[in-house]
Amino acid sequence: MHLSARMGGMRLLRKPLAFSTGILAAVLAAFFFTACGDDGGGAGLSGTIVGDGSSTVFPITEAVAEEFGKAQPGVDVVVGISGTGGGFEKFCAGEIEFNDASRPIKEDEAQACAGNGIEYVEFEVAFDGLSVIVNPENDFVDCLTVEELKRIWEPAAQGTVTNWNDVRPDFPDRPLTLYGPGTDSGTFDFFTDEIVGEEGASRGDYTASEDDNILVQGIAGDEDGLGYFGFAYYEQNQERLKLVPVDGGSGCVAPSRETILDGTYSPLSRPLFVYLRADALARPEVVEFMRFYLEQAPTLVPEVGYVEVPADVYQEGLAKLTQ
Amino acid sequence: MIGAAALRRRMAVRRGTGAVFLALCFAGTCIAIAVLAVLLVTVTRDGIDRLSWGFINSFPSRHPEQAGIKAALFGTLWMMGFTALFAVPLGIGAAIYLEEFAPHNWLSRVIETNINNLAGVPSIVYGILGLAVFVRAMDLGRSVLAGSLTMALLILPIIIVASREGLRAVPPSIREAAIAVGATRWQTVRFQVLPAALPAIMTGVILALSRAIGETAPLIMIGALLFVPFTPGSPLDRFTVLPIQIFNWVSRPQPEFAENAAAGIIVLLVVLLSMNALAVFLRNWFERSRRW
Repeated sequence: MHLSARMGGMRLLRKPLAFSTGILAAVLAAFFFTACGDDGGGAGLSGTIVGDGSSTVFPITEAVAEEFGKAQPGVDVVVGISGTGGGFEKFCAGEIEFNDASRPIKEDEAQACAGNGIEYVEFEVAFDGLSVIVNPENDFVDCLTVEELKRIWEPAAQGTVTNWNDVRPDFPDRPLTLYGPGTDSGTFDFFTDEIVGEEGASRGDYTASEDDNILVQGIAGDEDGLGYFGFAYYEQNQERLKLVPVDGGSGCVAPSRETILDGTYSPLSRPLFVYLRADALARPEVVEFMRFYLEQAPTLVPEVGYVEVPADVYQEGLAKLTQ
Repeated sequence: MIGAAALRRRMAVRRGTGAVFLALCFAGTCIAIAVLAVLLVTVTRDGIDRLSWGFINSFPSRHPEQAGIKAALFGTLWMMGFTALFAVPLGIGAAIYLEEFAPHNWLSRVIETNINNLAGVPSIVYGILGLAVFVRAMDLGRSVLAGSLTMALLILPIIIVASREGLRAVPPSIREAAIAVGATRWQTVRFQVLPAALPAIMTGVILALSRAIGETAPLIMIGALLFVPFTPGSPLDRFTVLPIQIFNWVSRPQPEFAENAAAGIIVLLVVLLSMNALAVFLRNWFERSRRW
């Protein structure tokens, strides 16, 4: 019957076509074995709490949610990473209970919340120190002033501040290569605001990455490199990087847990926040979650690489829960 | 009249050109395979130690060694299942209509152009659409269903374009022969054209689903989550997927999380390859069951 390789005799197939059901049957079959989720138990609370927001704050909230899940198995806490701004958009639309924020709420976001009748409570949960980093081979930089950092990073520096001796005349005549976060990053917003004086104002001719690990790689492999990123990334890569103390007007201070906590590492340490919907405080599981958050933060925050805020700040937060 | 020597010279040049072309094509293949091999070897080396039943069967954690991908794996399987459920029948249906039934007028040309353009729209745009339509307007929330529908839209044009190519490759003589022995148009398509085109259609489906499984941007946009301490129990449950989890692990400061990311990539690859293997198996099965 084979007239040619491909087209020969015909046969009217009678089998039902199973092209999509074929794939699906297998995939769907897997689903039904998973239906046995954890239903939680005990006399605890129940409900679902949805959070979103900054990926910088995420590790803290993840740690808290993980521990809270053990303490209150009946309550499901889920967390997304839409970014601080994306999170506020959902928060003010009333879609989520809390938002992780790496900066305070902005005016227009607050208005959006007010417009939808969403009232909120702000909790300061941790500090994140930004660290200025050079290569360990760099032996001439011991400290940089905010003024010098501004000279390096301001938009006017593009194409003009290209050598180390453009930063300070007694630095050697070597090319200056820069590494920093991309413009979508909250770290970028904060750094430009504090150092250049205007949020988002930065030179553009530097190696940008939203992934701080890439910046670590870059500076670790470049003798003339300089860059900035979160303190936790320095802590994990200390042997490959050199920390630069920053002089904010009252002497050179290197970021450390102590100097970030007592506020002397200024201006490059920023508070991290959780914003909670005020009306969600009527739900006992939400109150319990936030109480748990603030009580556990002093132990969990350092575990994930950030610095806890002073104890009285957590106390203030707890006081807001009972009001 | 050219001499034998000149002829030989010309022949040598032509053969030389042919050999160079062959070498270039071979080099192209080698480079592609080498890149893939390097990728596989690196990821396997970094992640294989971390791969264990505990890793597959654990929920996210701040402790890298306790963190697992159960929620992300099941989220991915759920989402891909529903994405295929929506996109495959719709895509093949649209292709059959456009190729076998649609009249050739300005309307079908407009539709055709639009579908081809849609195949090139950046995925984030589908995310915005999904957020506005499925999450907000249809009020599905940040559910598996909303994610699947968004993904289905994203891959629909790819399936349609590939399926149409497949249908077009079926020789017209097959259709004519079927009609000639008295088959209706439906019977022609159902029993002759579609089975003949299925191998090509399956290839399109594989490519489309492979794209969907690796997409992160549209899902972040519609608000797929990251920390989810449960597996979905219904299409309306919240979920997370493997690429989001991998992306987050890669960006964490602790190097141990990078190992988790590598292990997660291995799992993603295994899911992808088994999906493809299933499709290849189905394709061969369809090819075997065709007699002509």
